[in-house]
Amino acid sequence: MPGNSILGVFAKSPIKPIEEHINTVHQASERLLPFFAAVYNNDWDLAEKLHKEISEIEKEADVLKRDIRLQLPSGIFMPVERTDLLELITQQDKIANKAKDISGRVYGRRLEIPAQIQVDFKLYVQRCIDAVEQSRKAINEFDELLETSFSGREIDIVEKMISELDAIEDDTDSMQIELRKSLQTFEKDLNPIDVMFIYDIINWVGGLADEAERVGARLELMLAR
Amino acid sequence: MDLLQTYGFMLIVFAAVVGFFMAWGIGANDVANAMGTSVGSKALTIKQAIIIAMIFEFAGAYLAGGEVTSTIRKGIIDTAPFVPLPEYLVLGMISALMAAGTWLAVASYLGWPVSTTHSIVGAIIGFAVVAIGVEAVSWGKVGGIVGSWIVTPALSGILAYFIFVSAQKLIFDTDEPLKNAKRYVPVYMGLAGFILSLVTIKKGLKHVVKSGDLSISNTEAYIYAALVAVVIALIGKFFISRVKIDPAADKEMHYNNVEKIFAILMVVTACCMAFAHGSNDVANAIGPLAAVVNVIQNDGEIAKKAELAWWILPLGGLGIVAGLALFGHRVMATIGKGITHLTPSRGFAAELAAASTVVIASGAGLPISTTQTLVGAVLGVGLARGIAALNLGVVRNIVVSWVVTLPVGAGLAIIFFLMLKAILL
Repeated sequence: MPGNSILGVFAKSPIKPIEEHINTVHQASERLLPFFAAVYNNDWDLAEKLHKEISEIEKEADVLKRDIRLQLPSGIFMPVERTDLLELITQQDKIANKAKDISGRVYGRRLEIPAQIQVDFKLYVQRCIDAVEQSRKAINEFDELLETSFSGREIDIVEKMISELDAIEDDTDSMQIELRKSLQTFEKDLNPIDVMFIYDIINWVGGLADEAERVGARLELMLAR
Repeated sequence: MDLLQTYGFMLIVFAAVVGFFMAWGIGANDVANAMGTSVGSKALTIKQAIIIAMIFEFAGAYLAGGEVTSTIRKGIIDTAPFVPLPEYLVLGMISALMAAGTWLAVASYLGWPVSTTHSIVGAIIGFAVVAIGVEAVSWGKVGGIVGSWIVTPALSGILAYFIFVSAQKLIFDTDEPLKNAKRYVPVYMGLAGFILSLVTIKKGLKHVVKSGDLSISNTEAYIYAALVAVVIALIGKFFISRVKIDPAADKEMHYNNVEKIFAILMVVTACCMAFAHGSNDVANAIGPLAAVVNVIQNDGEIAKKAELAWWILPLGGLGIVAGLALFGHRVMATIGKGITHLTPSRGFAAELAAASTVVIASGAGLPISTTQTLVGAVLGVGLARGIAALNLGVVRNIVVSWVVTLPVGAGLAIIFFLMLKAILL
């Protein structure tokens, strides 16, 4: 920054980094698809490799998160509330953590998904990742939001995206209920401890969609000022 | 008195050299403020910005710099007490130039943003108080000038706010932003051209074309300015029609092409900013010089109504251009790093508002600080939720440096004045 100039007034924009962060988070959750494919095939070497990848991407997301926090000291004036932005980034980061937890637990216990629910489970994971993808889309509207100074038409577009996100999350809830039901019909044939863990994993995968929905909710709160 | 007769020519040369040095410093340092937003938003390359700045800073200094120069020369101090002591006025103005020049050099070296206007006004007040006493300063005038330092950033902030909001309403928040951009951007260009040419015609030209043979009535001035506005708008329209609209660019972000059109508008506002800066800030360097020249050429008589010597305005303009040519590059190279999301549509609103405010204030003869109007304008756009992030800490530092500059300028001027007095008298 040239000292004798007013350009120091312009702080580094947090918008690009926020978009970058959600993209990274989305990458981490997307890796769950090949990960579970490996799990169905009992290919534990590949599963390990993918779990390591997810951990790596989660670390990247953490670095991005920290950078954003550091470049937003108080005294930065933005069109949106600083606290909102910081909470949004925290919420986004939870998605990556969730993805890492899921792959870590499944790989750590060599947990097999029973053949009877594999088809439904596959669709369920896909739908939950759709929710993350939708939240990514909404967050990537940030620079357009800035272009229209957070008002008018662009807000409507983002609102539509967020309600779409809510709809996807609803889907995942009903899928989750179905999955539990089917699992219950044959759970007594399986190792009880494994069953407990499968219930957990079903829960956690649903958690991806929940966290994604909360990202949308945070964004909505930010725009509702 | 004999000092002026014996050494008159040498004193003029010395004052001219110091004044030129000061103008040179303005060119080297302030160019970053005047052109920074254009370069930062990538509407102009550094080279283009330097070329525009050279042409329009000089034009502004030469065509519209006279009015503020008069204020600096005779508005800040009451010349009546100096009538028996013209050499005090001459030495004082020279020390004011030296003080402001020194302070600017030090501040640039330390990397502090200071205002040339503040330092010169402070310096003139300083020497007047020491040379004659408190009564030598037209405190009413000074109060008005200091008041304008608060009012003008506010004014330019409000202007920037409304310009920005109007662009939002007319262009960005519509069904067809691109079509509306093509329609309304020339209007903004015309507006910029109108304000500039109006003030130049009404206030500036009389200092260039010596009085008497230039009588333009108000109506005529408005007509001429409107003509210039229409011409500029048409030229702008022509260039806009040649913008390559890239449908693919809108996949990334559907305002990309709209911003391309604003980038052309930014070229116009950058010209305005350079013109405004030249017209306003050249006076800081050559106002005191003009005073010195007047007193010496009138054999120590302090005339109430004195013409600007013909060579003074171009000298200041050349000084600014020289500073730009030699150091502009280096200062500009540091711009644009770390500024993200400063798009032409934001930069234009800030620049147009700041330039208009400066030009209007120059027309009124107020020496205001270009940097201040620009900071005000940027904050105005920020308040309209147009800028991703503003660093209020830096704003605070800038304000503090402005406040400090007044007493420092005054103190330095006092020291130089006492030194010159001891040596020469």
